[in-house]
Amino acid sequence: MNVTLETQIGTPWKKPPFIKNSTLRWGLLIIAVVYFFMALGSMDVNWNRVYQGLERGRRFVAAFLHPDFGSRASDIKEGMMESVIMTVTSTVVGIAISIPIALGAARNIAPLPVYLVCRFIISISRALNEIIVAILFVAIFGFGPLAGFLTLSFATIGFLAKLLAEEIEDMNKVQAEAVKATGSSWLQWINFGVQPQIMPRLIGLSIYRLDINFRESAVLGLVGAGGIGATLNTAFDRYEFDTVAAILLIIIVVVMVLEYLSGIIRARVQ
Amino acid sequence: MPINDRNGVKVWQVRDRNNQLIRWAMWMAAGIIFYVSWMKISDQTTWFFVYDAPRIAADIGGRALPPRWGYISQLGKPIWDTLNIATLGTVFALMMAVPIAFLAARNTTPSKLFIRPIALLVIVSTRSINSLIWALLLVSIIGPGVFAGMIAISIRSIGFCAKLLYEAIEEIDETQVEAITATGATRWQVMVYGIVPQILPAFAGIAVFRWDINIRESTVLGLVGAGGIGLQLQSSLNTLAWPQVSLILAVILVAVVIGEFISAKVRGAII
Repeated sequence: MNVTLETQIGTPWKKPPFIKNSTLRWGLLIIAVVYFFMALGSMDVNWNRVYQGLERGRRFVAAFLHPDFGSRASDIKEGMMESVIMTVTSTVVGIAISIPIALGAARNIAPLPVYLVCRFIISISRALNEIIVAILFVAIFGFGPLAGFLTLSFATIGFLAKLLAEEIEDMNKVQAEAVKATGSSWLQWINFGVQPQIMPRLIGLSIYRLDINFRESAVLGLVGAGGIGATLNTAFDRYEFDTVAAILLIIIVVVMVLEYLSGIIRARVQ
Repeated sequence: MPINDRNGVKVWQVRDRNNQLIRWAMWMAAGIIFYVSWMKISDQTTWFFVYDAPRIAADIGGRALPPRWGYISQLGKPIWDTLNIATLGTVFALMMAVPIAFLAARNTTPSKLFIRPIALLVIVSTRSINSLIWALLLVSIIGPGVFAGMIAISIRSIGFCAKLLYEAIEEIDETQVEAITATGATRWQVMVYGIVPQILPAFAGIAVFRWDINIRESTVLGLVGAGGIGLQLQSSLNTLAWPQVSLILAVILVAVVIGEFISAKVRGAII
């Protein structure tokens, strides 16, 4: 295209489009609009039922203004304790298992067969939703926090090992080589050449995962895997919105505190 | 450098004694916390069931395989519903997340004292509650069905998208905004021509990323009655129809892998 000053003068400026190819742009737009209406059309909403539910919705919102911590205090306390315990143990065990898997899943450290096996473990763990894993573990190990603990540990592996392996692959080779040049054994090489480089990231990720595990432990109770979720489910079934509001507020506060702490710690190690 | 004098031979150490002691105490404390927590879990576990677990797992595996392939004809509608829940949920979430992100970003918020904390509160509270809990709540308010699932997904996604988006807004290049302001543009024009083009790639990336996560999450919403393929999973589990369960899990796995593939491709094209 011949763009000169003479041809440009007098024509108003237009914003450059986000997608340059105009056929692709219009094609995507038309597909999106058609899909949007098809999807909306297939969603039959019973507006009558929604209208009836609004009253209950109003009660739920009102419940947040006067949450009831008292009448189910012992149930809430027990559920919270169980959630916290599951979070702590599963994070510790998850990290302990993730580290060797992360080492195996880093192409610059592990040989190809080990790499493939470790990557396979990671992708299995990432593809399965926590709730589905929890259902299977409850069926196999019985009800209770053990199933929840195993679920969260399993989910931690996929998350932590993947991100840690990427960090190891991005590390500075020179430092590791310098340690190797001193005649160190493999374990010494990992301990003094690799580990110091990935430590800040490992600490940051572990604390982030602690936060996620707590949030997840709140729902595992819905399928019988222990934690505050069971209490929450019972409260919903009885339409005790005051108790529900209390539990949700506790979860929000704990998550906020954890996030605040993790921010401080991550800022410190980096 | 901390050096240990051992019978006249100087040995190098990583840390000096005080540091070493502090570390040792911290590991000790962590170990005790872990042990106490583990004992609590152990107390509530019926170990007989756990010892029996390999047999049970083999038993379930034996029942579940091979999957009942014929059942797949009944899964078309549920998987379409699941896709709709994820996609429409993401669309509605983004519609709400954009204004909230602009209100929460330090450089675009109209009032740092009043509006920013409210926007941050919305972000934190929608983000910290799992979509399954939102679905449970909405099912009891507006009744079971796809609609409740979609709303649950979109509420859960608001906080996530708004958080990432407002961080992107705070990291923009101020000189471009200043250049637009210098032309005499109004507040809205500054937003459209100075800020939006800078965050558009981040926005597209966030949208696709969240869509990928939402596909995973919408597959299980049916467990609490909020529509999608989870409903089939729940009813198959309740009737102990393990061959159907294994087929549904396989379908979910395929859907998740396809979603992740598309999301990775689109993000690769943008960045």
